[in-house]
Amino acid sequence: MNILGKRYIFFAISLLAIIPGMIILITGGGLPLSIDFTGGSLLEVRFESGSAPNTEEVIALYNDLGYEDVQIKTTTDQNVLIIQSAKLEDEQQAEIVDAMEVEFEDTVTVLLFDNVSSAIGQEVTSRAFLAVAVAALGVILYMTFAFRGVEHAFRYGVCAILAMIHDVLIVLSLSAIGGKLWGWQFDSLALTALLTVIGFSVQDKIVVFDRMRENRNIYRKLDFETLANHSIIQTLGRSINTQLMTSEFMLLALALFGGLTLREFAILLLVGMFSGTYSSIFIAAPILVIWEKKEWKTWFKKNKAVA
Amino acid sequence: MKQRYVKLILILLLLAVVIWIDLPNNPGIHFGSIDRNLDTVLGLDLQGGLQVLLEADLPAETAIDPADMQTARQILENRSNGLGVSEVTFQVAGSNRIVGEFPGLENTEEVIAVLKETGQLEFVDTGDNFFTPGTEIITDLNAPQLTQPADLTGEVPVVYHTVITGANLKDVSVTQGQLGEILVAFKLDPAGTKAFGNHTTNNVGKALSIVLDKKVISSPRIQTAITGGEGTISGNFTIETANNLAVQLRYGSLPIPFKVVESRLVGPTLGIDSLNKSLIAGIAGLIIITLFMVIYYRLPGVIAMLSIATYGAITLALFKLIPVTLTLPGIAGLMLSTGGALDANILIFERLKEELRSGRRLGQAVTLAWQRAWPSIRDSNLATLITSLILFWFGSAFGASTVKGFAVTLAIGVVVSLFCAIFVTRTYLDVALQLINTTDHDKNVKRFGAG
Repeated sequence: MNILGKRYIFFAISLLAIIPGMIILITGGGLPLSIDFTGGSLLEVRFESGSAPNTEEVIALYNDLGYEDVQIKTTTDQNVLIIQSAKLEDEQQAEIVDAMEVEFEDTVTVLLFDNVSSAIGQEVTSRAFLAVAVAALGVILYMTFAFRGVEHAFRYGVCAILAMIHDVLIVLSLSAIGGKLWGWQFDSLALTALLTVIGFSVQDKIVVFDRMRENRNIYRKLDFETLANHSIIQTLGRSINTQLMTSEFMLLALALFGGLTLREFAILLLVGMFSGTYSSIFIAAPILVIWEKKEWKTWFKKNKAVA
Repeated sequence: MKQRYVKLILILLLLAVVIWIDLPNNPGIHFGSIDRNLDTVLGLDLQGGLQVLLEADLPAETAIDPADMQTARQILENRSNGLGVSEVTFQVAGSNRIVGEFPGLENTEEVIAVLKETGQLEFVDTGDNFFTPGTEIITDLNAPQLTQPADLTGEVPVVYHTVITGANLKDVSVTQGQLGEILVAFKLDPAGTKAFGNHTTNNVGKALSIVLDKKVISSPRIQTAITGGEGTISGNFTIETANNLAVQLRYGSLPIPFKVVESRLVGPTLGIDSLNKSLIAGIAGLIIITLFMVIYYRLPGVIAMLSIATYGAITLALFKLIPVTLTLPGIAGLMLSTGGALDANILIFERLKEELRSGRRLGQAVTLAWQRAWPSIRDSNLATLITSLILFWFGSAFGASTVKGFAVTLAIGVVVSLFCAIFVTRTYLDVALQLINTTDHDKNVKRFGAG
């Protein structure tokens, strides 16, 4: 089985998965960020009579009280509404809940009330980005050390991180598409999913690269591409089983039983972790091979379809 | 040969201890100076409650003394405890923020209002004016210099005289008077006693307003001269309102003013719902995984699942011991590290299959599989550990509790998973090999799913 020989096809497949989401991201003005990042208020309420009023009526009530730019999400529960608005003070939240009880003649239970100032949201976003960047640097340094026995140890770390970025882009792309089609929002739970994918992705790459490290010291004369391909085939059984065990089974269960909030989280993870295994084989290893062979020198000579 | 049984006994002893800790009705550790309850601590997203993030309300470039932050944290905690809210925790996050967590709390307005008070407390001579609570007045304490009349009518606004400040208060408590009415009692320091004595002697019948941050919170009448430094405030209090006033008097001044930049309230029903759903999902997932492992890997599958069960028991015991607050992101971290623990087992047994297929005898194959799988287990787990430590640092420095909750369980899980891969799986496998006939190669190939 020659996996690495078809590497440009796999790159194309990944691009096909990433590009649509990226287009939505760029043309749609970025990720559909939740108030965790943009700041604002999120009020999740349950109407105890069993059915929630029309979203238009609730928006009208907000507007009457002087709050503009209100968005409402319905859930699978008939009687639950998720209302998003500019940042509210607690007195204002109480006022709104009271007004709803009077207006809709119902008992309103507050399930969730999040209030985030926009400065905090932006800071968390930029710091999360920084933390991931520092973590990536840490991984590159560690891998350079751990792979010091083989030639170009540094490249292994860099390729692992490039493939990890691929997985991050897949998750972001899915978030953007989900935001467009199903009104998903990128919230702190989605950030957790992204962090999980990052952790899993790096771990998976190291396992595959470890086999190359081992084989390189056994078959010293072998051409690098053949060696890398052989290593991938050898670890394929483990890759598939680990993927099935750690993510698909667990996360399918979570997606099925986890309710609405957890479902978005589970789907992001499911796709992200699949991408984590996929990119070890079809992104990280091929990039390493390209780098070892300095293949870009030939890109514009014979293989035009790729550029 | 005997060594493996010694290891097994050690593991079983460890298991006995951790399972004891894991038991839900565990009585806790109480002997000598150690007095600990061993309860699973659930995060606010799982049990419901209020989380607030407070930020120092100072210009960005102001350097804040860490000691002041600690004092403020302590005062906030005291204030909240004074309100009768139980199990409140406040933690300093980074240089200028404090995270407050109120498990199971639903009435947020009152709590946030109390926390927000920066608390410049004054007892002000307001003469014959008995103000309604909330009235803003001007006092001569730290008052801005008025160079010209503040309003257009040309009237100079009244500046009232501050008799004593919150710093003069030594002790405040809620008591009951002779008729059963509820009173707030206070004691003053010597300087306060003197000023208060002089003032009350000359102003019986006048108002002495209690002012917090230039806002009147109560305007009691001076009934008699208070010269002994001890007095009471009466005024149609309920236990609750008296408590609130006592809290404000007692913990009046924070060294730093704070503003609430984030508050999250999770209703208890939603929390329990999330917990149940993740539990059901976890159990369902584990059942499928166990079935798959045992069917696909046969004997090693059984060993792997025993090892995973050991891993789970140790991890949960550590969560209780440390204690780690379990949140939804924390469960995600736990899930990822459980995946890592499974992966370690899969790596070893896939390798074992390879070695068996290449014709090696079982004993030799096991040793080789171990040697060869180890570097990848070590390096992949250490890389994850590095990632989780960096995320933990980030999470605690910026009060990003999502990231922190995830990183803590991940880091602990990875360490336990490494221990289980080195020690537990190996011992279980060695003992299992002792119990079966290892000489029949074909049978072994089958047992290890390598056929």
